[in-house]
Amino acid sequence: MKAAAGDYEAVMARRNATMLSALGLDYAPFLENPVAFDYEALMGQVAYDLDEVRAIQARHGVGNTALIELKQISALARRLAPPGKGARIFVKDEAANPSGSYKARRASCSIHHAAAAGFRGAVAATSGNYGAAVASQCAMHGLDCVVVQEVFDSLGVGQPEILEKGRACEIYGAEVLQLSVGPELFYQFLRVLEETGYFNASLYTPYAIAGVEPLGVEIVEQMQAATGASPDVVICTHAGGGNLTGTARGLIKAGATDTRVVAASVDLTGLHMASDRDFNMKYFTTGHTGFGIPFAGWPDRTDVPRNAARALRYMDRYLLLKQGEVFYMTEALARLEGLERGPAGNVSLAAALALAQEMDQDQTIVVQETEYAGAGKQPSAQLSFARSRGIDIRRGDTEEEVPGRSVIIPDHPSRIRVRDMDLNRVRHSLIRKAAANVPQGSTLSDEDITFLAEETRSDEAFVRQSLATESPSR
Amino acid sequence: MNSHAGDWVRIHAIILEAGERAPAVPDETQAVPLEVRVKGWQVAPASAQPGDRVEIRTVLGRRYTGSLEAINPPYGHDFGAAIPELLEAGQELRDLLADTRGDKT
Repeated sequence: MKAAAGDYEAVMARRNATMLSALGLDYAPFLENPVAFDYEALMGQVAYDLDEVRAIQARHGVGNTALIELKQISALARRLAPPGKGARIFVKDEAANPSGSYKARRASCSIHHAAAAGFRGAVAATSGNYGAAVASQCAMHGLDCVVVQEVFDSLGVGQPEILEKGRACEIYGAEVLQLSVGPELFYQFLRVLEETGYFNASLYTPYAIAGVEPLGVEIVEQMQAATGASPDVVICTHAGGGNLTGTARGLIKAGATDTRVVAASVDLTGLHMASDRDFNMKYFTTGHTGFGIPFAGWPDRTDVPRNAARALRYMDRYLLLKQGEVFYMTEALARLEGLERGPAGNVSLAAALALAQEMDQDQTIVVQETEYAGAGKQPSAQLSFARSRGIDIRRGDTEEEVPGRSVIIPDHPSRIRVRDMDLNRVRHSLIRKAAANVPQGSTLSDEDITFLAEETRSDEAFVRQSLATESPSR
Repeated sequence: MNSHAGDWVRIHAIILEAGERAPAVPDETQAVPLEVRVKGWQVAPASAQPGDRVEIRTVLGRRYTGSLEAINPPYGHDFGAAIPELLEAGQELRDLLADTRGDKT
């Protein structure tokens, strides 16, 4: 399996051709200009409208999950909040999807399309719940599935949640290639695509994002039924951006244009994503700032030529949580609401507890996902692993938590606070990077400026001001 | 213990040697190889010991060759042990809400 001399460079050089033949989508119209492209036209490549996507998903047991009001956690928020404050908190129980997470939505539309287009199998590069989702959907369609995962450090140690995610792929019949730490996983992924001719079940195609849109639509329908109105806030655990993008697009399609969309990530500042040493110091495998900030600031860093997940277009706020706070809320969800669920949605749940205290009692928040709980996924598994590696786990003030050194379980629920990531910083970063993509000797066009305003959920004046500040030479 | 043709095994191989890694990776990653592990049915040889070069056929029928690492290795991950700090926190939250409602505790 070792790379032949020069093979690495050769395979990487063929990357665009390989990806294109493995997608059945023509990205050429969206690559004509280095900056601006028609994002809605890219999403329009999906051959199915919203109702057809919902019908496809319903036939495969995907979606239509329960919306549950978290009355005890809402009461806790009111207990902590100033008088009159404390919004009602609801959760969308996405653990009920076939593979145990909302990722089944993201896989279902893609795999349906792969089967319809005549592919015999699909390949996914993912260490998350998406692997199991693709494997499960492939099993339903009778397609082969290969999952390429980043699992182990150089000592062969894998943290329990990642091991569980690998096991889940195997149970659905996938061939699982378990790699050690490093971004060159993409090279192995390309080799498998070349060898097999299978479909590239990327997380970031228009099909993957269109598959999430019904989640936003269901939230509006179910909140209308439960409360008579669309929710005031929907919180999405944010990593690569597809969860937030698809949900927000669904909210808009269902007419909930006033609903504010809030991202939430675990703060893992200081840990390097490609570091063999830091790999097993992260007690969340996703939904953290190591993915969330770079993907919000520059979406086109994936296995497709143009990423359909463009979270900054839809993000009203971005809240950061500490690892210990999310473990605490996972305990709260079990003890107060009788729901044992896996880690991902509980990042948003911790954000909801804090944000609810800023909002009025007649307002509502929806935490838009849960995931299944199984061996490896519980705080007991992750924190036992952390403790065995010398991480300091204690009660206290979560502000003192240092990723890689400590996990601090709040000594009181009031420790969980709203901490806003400065979105203008993220916006400036995206604009600066786009400007750097313009070929030498030319400048950003008016079309590019309009595009960047949309990309950053800002306006043209903001973009022009950002360019003037960040790169005075242009 | 020897593995035999037809056993479900895990093999190990190097994809990129240390020092041949992508330029952007941090030094500690650059210093180690990129490795892969994959499971399948042992095809050849008829009998092998850990470290021997073996060929496997995966669940999809695809072939890989690498060094034998384990015969049907257990998954190994589990639920860990209860976390006393969280047990305490859960009880405190129950008490806090009972107090809010004015329950007798």
